[in-house]
Amino acid sequence: MFSRAYKFAVSLPPIAWVLLFMLLPYALLFLYSFWTVTPAQQIAHQWNLQNYAELVRVPVYMEVLFRSIRIAATVTLLALLLAFPLAYYVSFYAGARKELLYQLVIVPLWVSYLVRAYAWKTILGSDGVLNTLLQYLHITKQPQAFLLYSPFAVVLTLTHIYTPFAFLPIYAAMEHIPRRLVEASHDLGASPMQTFWRVIVPLTIPGVIAGATFSFVLSLGDFLAPLLVGGPSGIMISNIVVSLFGAAYNWPLGAAISACMMVLVVGLLFATERLEKRWRVA
Amino acid sequence: MAHPSTTSPVATAPDKVPKTLLSVRSVTKRFGKTRVLQELSLDIAEGDFLSVLGESGSGKTTLLRLIAGFEACSSGEIWMSGERLDVLPPYKRNVNTVFQHYALFPHLSVFDNVSYGLRARGTQSSEIKSRVDDVLAMVKMSAYAQSRPANISGGQQQRVALARALVNRPKLLLLDEPLSALDANLRRQMQLELKALQRDVGIAFLFVTHDQEEAMVMSDRIALLHAGELEQVATPEEIYRRPATAYAAQFIGQTNLLRAYVSAGIVECGEMRWPTADTQGPACYSLRPECIVLASDLQEDTGAVRFSARVVDQVFQGAAELWELECPSGIRLLMKTSARREGSETKFAFLVKDVVRVRA
Amino acid sequence: MSSTIETKARGLAGYAGLVFAFLYLPIIALIVYSFNGGGVGGFPPRNLTFDWYRQLWLDSALWDSVVNSLIVALCAMVISIGIGLPTALALDRVSFPGKAIFRRLVLLPLILPGIITGLSLLMMVVLVGLKLSLLTVIVGHGTALIAVATTEIFAGLQKADRAQEEASLDLGANYWQTFWRVTLPNLKLPIIGSALLIFTLSMDEIAVSFFLIGRDNTLPLEIWSRLRRGMTPEINAVSTIIFTFSLAMIVLWYRLRTRSGEDVSDLVSAATEEIL
Repeated sequence: MFSRAYKFAVSLPPIAWVLLFMLLPYALLFLYSFWTVTPAQQIAHQWNLQNYAELVRVPVYMEVLFRSIRIAATVTLLALLLAFPLAYYVSFYAGARKELLYQLVIVPLWVSYLVRAYAWKTILGSDGVLNTLLQYLHITKQPQAFLLYSPFAVVLTLTHIYTPFAFLPIYAAMEHIPRRLVEASHDLGASPMQTFWRVIVPLTIPGVIAGATFSFVLSLGDFLAPLLVGGPSGIMISNIVVSLFGAAYNWPLGAAISACMMVLVVGLLFATERLEKRWRVA
Repeated sequence: MAHPSTTSPVATAPDKVPKTLLSVRSVTKRFGKTRVLQELSLDIAEGDFLSVLGESGSGKTTLLRLIAGFEACSSGEIWMSGERLDVLPPYKRNVNTVFQHYALFPHLSVFDNVSYGLRARGTQSSEIKSRVDDVLAMVKMSAYAQSRPANISGGQQQRVALARALVNRPKLLLLDEPLSALDANLRRQMQLELKALQRDVGIAFLFVTHDQEEAMVMSDRIALLHAGELEQVATPEEIYRRPATAYAAQFIGQTNLLRAYVSAGIVECGEMRWPTADTQGPACYSLRPECIVLASDLQEDTGAVRFSARVVDQVFQGAAELWELECPSGIRLLMKTSARREGSETKFAFLVKDVVRVRA
Repeated sequence: MSSTIETKARGLAGYAGLVFAFLYLPIIALIVYSFNGGGVGGFPPRNLTFDWYRQLWLDSALWDSVVNSLIVALCAMVISIGIGLPTALALDRVSFPGKAIFRRLVLLPLILPGIITGLSLLMMVVLVGLKLSLLTVIVGHGTALIAVATTEIFAGLQKADRAQEEASLDLGANYWQTFWRVTLPNLKLPIIGSALLIFTLSMDEIAVSFFLIGRDNTLPLEIWSRLRRGMTPEINAVSTIIFTFSLAMIVLWYRLRTRSGEDVSDLVSAATEEIL
């Protein structure tokens, strides 16, 4: 139905833009990882694999990477534990207030990351709300230092930020379950608990996979929360990259780490896509 | 005038009166301000095939959902086998439902769908296998045991839904317009199969439908529901021959509704007269089109009402013809005749015993 | 219904309430402390005051950054929708080689951590020899947020009645006229909806902006740099304002979506399917 001119006009600008501002930049990232930096702080376009070798050789990179994966995995797990029952409640038990509750969950998503991370900073500090509250209630006598500037704080902050992210696809999957199926399950003699495990959970798994993927990938690459609340012990892999592009000035090395991250993320996306397709039924 | 009573089951040998299985007692259901069922009372006997017939909005699906347990009664009680049913949640009732659009679990195979109820109750897997195999054979779906619902046709899904419900050996099976999504031929075939199945299995069926032909074909008894109230509960033959109300007469089959006046033992309707024992006053009568015959065809003279009319319209319907008659008084009647005749007839008749008084 | 269902629902409701508390208490604390006379921290809050808001009002550097953010957000909106609209159209109607990869590529910035998108664009900017400035930030936001526009407009296209366009062509209008008079008006709601969303996201964006910013700061980055120097209650105040503003925008976006009769969860599941 559409003429060739129309098709060209419609597809050419996007393709051009995407090639120029997405494909090219991402490719550049890879290219940079094979270059080096001279002692004179110049980028030398010499092709080599030194950067990758250094990543493997020098222990700090691997340590931080594993710590980042641990943090991201913890955040994902917590986010799922919070988001799943919440989605179940809003979808199946909220009745007339369903719309309102759904909006209430979404709102924090769109409210500045910075605001939310900062909020935790003020709460968890030695002078912060939580510590002073605990002392006021005589639960503790001194400020608890581990609350802030620790992996604990990073996990807490990131969980707070990514729980709504996990909620969205889980809720969408639950909404897609026809209520008749729940009735049929009850009719056949399964209690609400049995119905939950045998009908609702299996049909929600694609949503859970999607939510988990979002949370994990975004947490892994996060560098703001560690800078705000992580302290030296809460440094994550992206912070290293940031410093390599800043004070530590080693763009190729930073690019190498970023390239690894990118490969990891894209690989994960592929894997979860296959997984999700296998679980998708209707 | 007496409320149409819940008639006791008829057409069984005198020494084998079936026991009442389910008793709906004065149940009312309100949704907000809307009253969907009004003080409804109905009994179902063991082994009965009862159709709940009504147009959309009559409350028939609501009644089914109350018995299944998906809704709670606003007032009234439901009893089954001597125990209160309506206080139990659906998963504790010995009642199973075949849903209108089957509601098969998409993530489970046919076998797992059918065995679902048995597994929920912790049945041994050896027993599960044999029972599921049996019931799948009964609905002729054995070859599809490992298929997924998405890969089988609508008619096949319907059989699986049936099997899934039956395998649990419920005392009562509820069917919510299960054939409405099938095409006409498949529908007819399934009607006969369901009827045969019910006889074999001996479980009481409560069959909800809006299709009066379907109800007539399949049921032992029909409960006609209208605006949340029972119009009549009777066998198909009785509801057809002796409708209790004008609505029943018109809903099932075609009829002529005669508005008449009774005075001194005589019914007067236009120029037609016949004797009656009914009380004085205005009355409504139902006369089926096939009960009107040509006067010349009438065998006997006793108990016949003769009248003149002219044929206004003739509609060919294949095996029969539908004639529209107009009487001198202006009354129009539908007449069904099997033979092809010229429309020049003018004298018609019907038997008094074929005219039924109905409540308006 | 039996009592087990009721207790279960109450337990679940309680848990849901706890999760909501977890999501909202930090923000509420933030807002409350923006009025706290004693500054950030300390319990209980005392000396409720508007001082911090007054200070905010007089902070010209902050207001400069607000203006910068507005400029960036508006330009990014134009770019994202300007590219996102034909992208959605192409995905909906045209088949071309590499379409599957193209689709993934467009949606990638949504799920890739911002640092990767930001860094790669930085490298390109350096390669081309451009100086870092608001312009580079605009390009960054515009590119990263194309996916938002594409998803919403694509969903709108799927729901649109193709026959209307065919009728237009049948009646003699050519492709461009059909586009302006039939296609575009039907996409009014998705376009406005995504504009709102892109605007809000751009105003809050940090990760990509971090690497592409020049001398002029956007609001989030201005706040960020102050945070590095130390916490002030002024930041609480500006955060509260940002929160209120975003809240208004999202409620507006939501009203628009549901007014068009669409289920937002449909949009989310469509987006999820696209990405994964």
